[in-house]
Amino acid sequence: MNDMRGADATTPAMPRLDLTPAPGSAPAVKMVVAHALMETKLVLRNGEQLLLALVIPLLLLLAGAKAGGVVDLGAGRRIDVLTPGVMALAVLSAAFTSLAIATAYERRYGVLKRLGASPLSRASLLAGKVLSLLALETLQLSAIGALGVALGWDPDGGLAAALSAVLLVVLGTLCLGSLGLLMAGTLRAEATLAGANLVYVLLLVAGAVVVPAASYPDSLGSLATSLPSGALAEGLREVLSGEGLAWTRAAVLCVWAVIGSAMTMRTFKWE
Amino acid sequence: MALNYRLPFVTATAVEVVDLVKSYGSTTAVDGLSLTVETGSITAILGPNAAGKTTTIETCEGYRKPTSGSVRVLGLDPVTDHARLAPRVGVMLQTGGAWSAARAVEMLRYVASLHAHPLSVDALVERLGLGSCGRTPYRRLSGGEQQRLGLALSVIGRPELLFLDEPTAGLDPQARRGCWDLIGDLSAAGVTVVLSTHYMEEAERLASEVYIIDAGRVVTAGSPGDLMAAGAGGSMTFSAPRGLDTVDLAAALPPDCAVSEGPPGRYTVSGQVSPHTLSTLTRWCAEREVMPGQLSIEQHTLEDVFLALTGKELR
Repeated sequence: MNDMRGADATTPAMPRLDLTPAPGSAPAVKMVVAHALMETKLVLRNGEQLLLALVIPLLLLLAGAKAGGVVDLGAGRRIDVLTPGVMALAVLSAAFTSLAIATAYERRYGVLKRLGASPLSRASLLAGKVLSLLALETLQLSAIGALGVALGWDPDGGLAAALSAVLLVVLGTLCLGSLGLLMAGTLRAEATLAGANLVYVLLLVAGAVVVPAASYPDSLGSLATSLPSGALAEGLREVLSGEGLAWTRAAVLCVWAVIGSAMTMRTFKWE
Repeated sequence: MALNYRLPFVTATAVEVVDLVKSYGSTTAVDGLSLTVETGSITAILGPNAAGKTTTIETCEGYRKPTSGSVRVLGLDPVTDHARLAPRVGVMLQTGGAWSAARAVEMLRYVASLHAHPLSVDALVERLGLGSCGRTPYRRLSGGEQQRLGLALSVIGRPELLFLDEPTAGLDPQARRGCWDLIGDLSAAGVTVVLSTHYMEEAERLASEVYIIDAGRVVTAGSPGDLMAAGAGGSMTFSAPRGLDTVDLAAALPPDCAVSEGPPGRYTVSGQVSPHTLSTLTRWCAEREVMPGQLSIEQHTLEDVFLALTGKELR
């Protein structure tokens, strides 16, 4: 704290500060990019979030591919079934669990309150969050795809499949993200931390994410595919094995995205 | 002919609060409060804990909607015109406001990037002594460092109006003076400042206008000098031979003065202490060939005024 004494004669002159008022907002695009960069840096610096977003999916892919037969993945080559499912899991962890926990603590620590007084509008804040999520997902999906290929993954369907997969991932992100924000905007930070992790584990085990819906009992399977996580995972498995995009998958994601956004807009508390 | 060099958007009144009431359920935090902040002034809102300082300031910042009454900030409504006000108004929250993992200077650069013409981050860091903790994550900063970063975040966008909620709470004396200097320089540069505090010294040193509030109402308002002058004066004590005629002395002094002989030979004049009171006392003594020894004058400080108005009990 002694460094506050910078004004006395023995220390060098301070740099000049022009304190005259010159208010103004940065251009919206610049604010969105600045916010996305800040959030991305914070996620990459957070060990727990990285574990959830990257390490666990990669380990599951490796273990699932090597430990054949422990879990029945149904018809098809194991790695071809596993890789799209792990990709869906990665999107679930980033767009739902990580986003919910991070946003809940932003509420708790007054970050959202502070930003509410800054020129960053709520729409720009949201856009920054989405941009940061898409950056994280690009990293996740590249890493999972690369490991998958190294383990023998052979996706089918060419460019159309890749574009359909991107569409599903974007829809899944909007949908899971809105549900994550719904949780973060209404529950306390600790409750969100526990709840978002619990949902992640439940969906991992019973949500037709990594294990295809066909491997579950019929009723559980159809319940799982009507949830966003199951619809995203089944959709990715289908398009990346060359079956083309089933519009029911996209429709499930769209319906959840509308429900999630509407409820979040009605209930989100900024403080 | 007088020329008006003011920019068109600058009004003479920066903040106008009229009959503000803010209730949370059955609790009334602010109860019919009115205040006016002149453009270019430093206005202090002084009050004990839970007096309604933060609620008042946060209503001006647009965080809360008044239950009744009106609030205008730079001529605009803080809630409905929030987007237009946000770049022009700097806000320092009482606590928090940063990601726990964000480094101090990183946080400052981020907020600077939201503004069109921010201050030089390096110069502000140097000025507030944040250089040594610049790479420290927010959660590991000391309370004083977090406080200084909060001040830095509020001014980095070069606002024309600044709301500071207890800006120096928890600072050591050096850091407090550093903050006072910066607030003074901001004011000299043309920034209007509204600050809440429960430090009398802060209000006395910085503010041109002080509102003392308690239980959600304005108890009194004025310049620190006016408040101290009007705030029940002070006292003069002196030594003289025993048995002076205190009734006669009291009659000679202004009507609100009381005279008493404490220990024999030690006299106290309490009430309005002014040059006039003093000269009346010395003239009265001179006429009686009495030397008022060990004469001492105690003027009330803002703290006395504050305690007299808001009570001394802890709450």
